[in-house]
Amino acid sequence: MKSLMDKCCDKCQSTVENQCQGYIKCRLEGPFCHQDEGCKEKRAAFLAGINIPAGSDKKKILICAGTGCISSGSLKVSDKLVEELEKAGLTGQVKVTTTGCHGFCEQGPIFIVEPQHVFYTRVQPEDVAEIVESHLKNGQVVERLLFHEPSTGQTVLEYNNVNFYARQQREVLHNCGHIDADSIDEYVANGGYLGLTKVLSGMSPTDVVEEVKKSGLRGRGGGGFPSGLKWQFTQQAAGDKKYVVCNADEGDPGAFMDRSVLEGDPHSVIEGMLICGYAIGADEGYVYVRAEYPLAIKRLTTAIEKAEQYGLLGKNILGSGFSFKLKIKAGAGAFVCGEETALLNSIEGLRGMPRPRPPFPAVKGLWEKPTNINNVETFANVPLIFRKGADWYAGIGTEKSKGTKVFALTGKVNNTGLAEVPMGITMREIIFEIGGGIQGGKKFKAVQIGGPSGGCLPENLLDLPIDYDSLTQAGAMMGSGGLVIMDETTCMVDLARFFLNFTQKESCGKCIPCREGTKRMLEILERICDGQGRQGDIETLERLGNTIKSASLCGLGQTAPNPVLATLRYFRSEYEDHINEKKCIAGVCSALLTYFIDEELCKGCSKCAKVCPAGAITGVVKEPYKIDTDKCIKCGACIDSCKFGAVKRG
Amino acid sequence: MSMVTLTINGQKVTVPEGSTVLEAAEKLGISIPTFCHDPNLTKPGACRICVVEVQGARNLPASCVTPVTGGMVVETHSAAVLEARRTILDLILANHPLDCLTCEKSGACKLQEYAYEYGVAGTTFDGERHDYPLDDSNPYIVRDMNKCILCGKCVRACTEIKGQHAVDFARRGFETKVSAPLDNPLGESECVFCNNCVTVCPVGALSDKQLLGKGRAFEVEKEPVTCTFCDAGCEFDVVKRKGKVLGVAAKAAAVGRPLCLKGRLGLDFIHNPGRVNPPLMKDDNGQWVETPWEAALGLSEVVAKLARLKD
Repeated sequence: MKSLMDKCCDKCQSTVENQCQGYIKCRLEGPFCHQDEGCKEKRAAFLAGINIPAGSDKKKILICAGTGCISSGSLKVSDKLVEELEKAGLTGQVKVTTTGCHGFCEQGPIFIVEPQHVFYTRVQPEDVAEIVESHLKNGQVVERLLFHEPSTGQTVLEYNNVNFYARQQREVLHNCGHIDADSIDEYVANGGYLGLTKVLSGMSPTDVVEEVKKSGLRGRGGGGFPSGLKWQFTQQAAGDKKYVVCNADEGDPGAFMDRSVLEGDPHSVIEGMLICGYAIGADEGYVYVRAEYPLAIKRLTTAIEKAEQYGLLGKNILGSGFSFKLKIKAGAGAFVCGEETALLNSIEGLRGMPRPRPPFPAVKGLWEKPTNINNVETFANVPLIFRKGADWYAGIGTEKSKGTKVFALTGKVNNTGLAEVPMGITMREIIFEIGGGIQGGKKFKAVQIGGPSGGCLPENLLDLPIDYDSLTQAGAMMGSGGLVIMDETTCMVDLARFFLNFTQKESCGKCIPCREGTKRMLEILERICDGQGRQGDIETLERLGNTIKSASLCGLGQTAPNPVLATLRYFRSEYEDHINEKKCIAGVCSALLTYFIDEELCKGCSKCAKVCPAGAITGVVKEPYKIDTDKCIKCGACIDSCKFGAVKRG
Repeated sequence: MSMVTLTINGQKVTVPEGSTVLEAAEKLGISIPTFCHDPNLTKPGACRICVVEVQGARNLPASCVTPVTGGMVVETHSAAVLEARRTILDLILANHPLDCLTCEKSGACKLQEYAYEYGVAGTTFDGERHDYPLDDSNPYIVRDMNKCILCGKCVRACTEIKGQHAVDFARRGFETKVSAPLDNPLGESECVFCNNCVTVCPVGALSDKQLLGKGRAFEVEKEPVTCTFCDAGCEFDVVKRKGKVLGVAAKAAAVGRPLCLKGRLGLDFIHNPGRVNPPLMKDDNGQWVETPWEAALGLSEVVAKLARLKD
């Protein structure tokens, strides 16, 4: 036995071609087909090596090898650790595992000592020797590398006591950061493929669909369409060939939950797709991953190879007669390919342009065959529903939005990263408890939710329980779950301009309202930010925005005006200030700002004059300096250079 | 075939299942504007000018691709629909040269027609406009991409009928354009000059070079003919002005009407001064002399007899 997935002895009759129905359960509690304490012990020893029991003298180090932590140097930390352990003679006692993302990338590289859950953050290669000597050898925790809670400044020993994690409910992400993503053993040891086992040992495809319907799962990609119903449409569609497609073309600025799942727990997506394939009668699937996610593609490729090697992908899976093969299609970098019909075109080798619906993909999808498309997070939810039951799943969340949702917290918040929370939680809990509040003690202004398709929520909606419907009602949308937190230094007009610039550039160009309409809206926003706003601009933005929403072909166009309409709804006065008063209260729109020197505060040190690239600042040393506003290019270099706070902007 | 009954603008209409709302409206004689729709091509639902209001629908669906359903209630000219159509026209005009006075397409331009119908005199937006150079590189087709509204009919005609696929969409957002591979001029593309693209273009972006400057739609007569150059029997229009043949145009983009170069350009000999009209026969000296048709065909006696009988 080299792997948990291997047979324990020659008495095992399960083969890849003719797999035993209880193959997975056997890996955890087996063998069942023969009585042999030796075999049982071998399996138990394997499992104990993967999940080290509390109280064991052995240790396991989890080093995050998600894209975020790798970029902050986690692989060097891991190499160094292996080297130091060898030096200290601890190699047999301490197992080093590189994992997927913990979702707390800002604190990376993340380094966890199991089974005690000791949580070290921002560990650098030069810290490793100290951890090995002090902690691993002498049992003395290295205090200085522990996490400091930004709100209280206190150090926290265990990761589950860190506010960022303590307030979360990590179901979909339960393996992310805790298992080696390249190891199918670790996935199975943590309950992996038990959902599939349940499905393939006696449930009919209709039972499976009913179970998903009962769970209340809704699409996590943005639309929030009930997944069970979507599966049912595809199941009921006539066709000799059907497909399952996983949408991993995650493109919202700042959102990276799908990447994290693929990098940290790729088998959960494969298992979800297998269950879907069985339910709808498909024998083939595609994962459409954006090419900008090379690590996700690599880990998914490994996971597919491993699943094929052990017969969990291929023919006659778990002896059920159900066969399924899975392929990866790397996207070419178009945001619109996250739209399901554009995605299908792209798989077919056509330009990524959306198709009219109906016919929906459930009826006519990939190569005109019935196709079920869900996104990564949706598929990753599916194994949980079958392992823990639809009733358990439906017990989480609100009346119409069940389960958990992974949000990507970014922007002006202390703790940035991925947070999985039950539906119905308030934005205040996410931002101020999990997120640890606003950076630098500044004042919260708004949160943009749902990326460029979503809208913003102002402070008075912080206590709104978040679910699909409440967000839509508030003029935002769940979207993929990107949360950009903004403070008082964010200009809402500039924010709308930023997102519209993104959607305009990513519009596929097919339909006129989106292609031409977003261009004109963007031009109006640009001129407002530039101090050239006119009377009637706000009304034109609203009129155009509503037409684009109602007349565009696909979801991209139908939601593109949302950032503008939502900011107009909650921050209209900022637009009016820009147009009427030529003022930007956030101090962002440089055309509306003037720089001046406070004569009382200026010591005449001449520093500002030296850094000014435009030669706009003049004066005599030890006397107040002056800024020539005609020459000033508003770069802000003078403000940054002044030690006395004498240079002002307003 | 099962039939479906729906209500459009308060009138009930019954059409075969699978019909589109546009087809059902046509049956009632209700005119819905279209740019990208062509019955002979696939339906992209791209231009959105044909949007209608369907009771219970969240948005305004495009009638050209929306299948009818039983009991559907449709308004083709409601306030919301008119607002959307006017906005779309306004948006097109914001990036379209308003040179109708000298445009080849004037009188047959759908944009001009709908701007008139919906009272959109010009654009309310000022902003960037494309300034592409005129593409005169193709010997038979002139392309003015500044007039292109990206309906995609040329792409589909080229791909679906001729199978040539010489052009397709390139780039994204406002920069989207119809382009030959690598954005090369059309003259350096795989174009075989079938002119199906010119026939389907709803605006003045594509023009037939041989007809350029010879007359606009309202100045010419069109006579349908079947080409006899080969046995394919393609149908097309002979375009005439004051009795003089100017050129030949495809009737529509469709299979069986490929309109090859021979058919379209062979007409030059109509006006060839060297062209012989009355029949010639050699006289006793071996010289060619003009001869009446009945003599040339050896029917002089028969004709004489018929003439007598007639008298």
